[in-house]
Amino acid sequence: MATGTEPPGSTTGVRSPGRAAIAARHLRTDRWWLSPAATAAGLLAFVVYSTWRAFANADYYAAPYVSPFYSPCLAENCVPMEDGPNWEIFGSWWGLSPALLILVFPLGFRLTCYYYRKAYYRGFWASPPACAVAEPHASYSGETRFPLLLQNLHRYFFYAALPVAGILTYDTVLTFRNADYAWGHAGLGTLIFLVNIALIWAYTLSCHSCRHIVGGRLKHFSKHPVRYRLWTWVGRLNARHMLLAWSSLISVALCDLYVYLLATGTFDDPRFF
Amino acid sequence: MSTYDARFRVWRGDVDGGELTDYTVEVHDGEVVLDVVHRLQATQTPDLAVRWNCKAGKCGSCSAEINGRPRLLCMTRMSVFARDEVITVTPMRAFPVVRDLVTDVSFNYAKAREIPAFVPPAGVGPGEYRMRQEDVERSQEFRKCIECFLCQDTCHVVRDHEENKGAFAGPRFLMRVAELDMHPLDAAEEAGLDRRRTAQEEHGLGYCNITKCCTEVCPESIHITDNALIPMKERVVDRKYDPLVWLGNTIRRRKTT
Repeated sequence: MATGTEPPGSTTGVRSPGRAAIAARHLRTDRWWLSPAATAAGLLAFVVYSTWRAFANADYYAAPYVSPFYSPCLAENCVPMEDGPNWEIFGSWWGLSPALLILVFPLGFRLTCYYYRKAYYRGFWASPPACAVAEPHASYSGETRFPLLLQNLHRYFFYAALPVAGILTYDTVLTFRNADYAWGHAGLGTLIFLVNIALIWAYTLSCHSCRHIVGGRLKHFSKHPVRYRLWTWVGRLNARHMLLAWSSLISVALCDLYVYLLATGTFDDPRFF
Repeated sequence: MSTYDARFRVWRGDVDGGELTDYTVEVHDGEVVLDVVHRLQATQTPDLAVRWNCKAGKCGSCSAEINGRPRLLCMTRMSVFARDEVITVTPMRAFPVVRDLVTDVSFNYAKAREIPAFVPPAGVGPGEYRMRQEDVERSQEFRKCIECFLCQDTCHVVRDHEENKGAFAGPRFLMRVAELDMHPLDAAEEAGLDRRRTAQEEHGLGYCNITKCCTEVCPESIHITDNALIPMKERVVDRKYDPLVWLGNTIRRRKTT
């Protein structure tokens, strides 16, 4: 996107010839830096945590709970999970953590998400750091060139995110068992998994690509009343896309952390019935 | 009614240079920044240049930057500032300055001319247009635009990169493309005009990195990014980057030929 850094005393951007001669890069007096700093800190915390957990290849299953980072488990080196998402389509040759096989899809979905793009362009790349605050880059080509041209693949990651959300829903159903796999039980973990899956679905369906696919691409809503209704519903969710992006990110990490605490014996799952 | 003295710092100058000049000016309850600028003109600086018209947030003339944020002078209440705060008023910093708070916004009119107009549908005369509300309401949101050009001013693509002005139409005019592409009676496609392709290739939609500053500053609260720019990006993907759609279109074309 942007390359190089503006040299000191440059005459580009807001200091271009012809524009009002104001030396300051910006004149904002509010705490404009707080939002990008908080965003960057939040995203960085998740990246560090999820990288550690994805590469750990351990403590991701505590019957009946499986960490969302490891579901579905696509390699033979997975822990056996009764009725769980053990689909060994990659066989025995895969020696790394099985989480890496599946996380690429939700990662790609969030990485190309229109909200997260705004968040990391502002938070990490300062392009721009905040509105009307000059960015430090000498040139800018936006999403017109490789690699950022690949952001246009967002809808394919959305398609991939749907079955992943479906599998996580299945995992949530499996949490209505106890540690001996008997049905009709629930614990604190069940509640956490239920909240997580609700947020995952809300975030996935509030996606801008989903909004476009269900109805946004139409020219005449009146000829497609069902799709218009769907578009309206997705639009309502879409208005909260940022909130859902953050809450589902936090909930998926908390879900994994909960399983980790159970698997390591740090904590016992309180049972409701 | 209470009054107090506010400290203002106003940019004075022209294309050859200028500086921020300090003033102390009386403020009355209920006033907006434009009222105070007018009092400055009336009492201390009769030659202060400021563009204004309706004083009601509907003409889009008094766009400027207040404490570094693009805003309408007439819609910024003095009550949002602390009484001891220094209030800095400058012209919009993305456009060439004419004098004091007045900028040359002709870039926007040049860009407006580059957007092909509404293409009337064949066989429907003036006065015969009929549209369902649900079909036209998306475009109607964009018609609220008062062309204050604050979105153009704040967009970093041109604000921070003068060299992009040739290739990038800016949020206001990409929203205009979206308005027409979503218009139920626009017959551009039948006339051979592909607005989706031109949005990307001629008006620079790909430069937009959807950081939403245009939406943040819009005084009409138009959801420029969510309702115009992102849907337009998705429509471009339909046309240019989606192999499944491309395959479907190719098969359909073969069937019809």
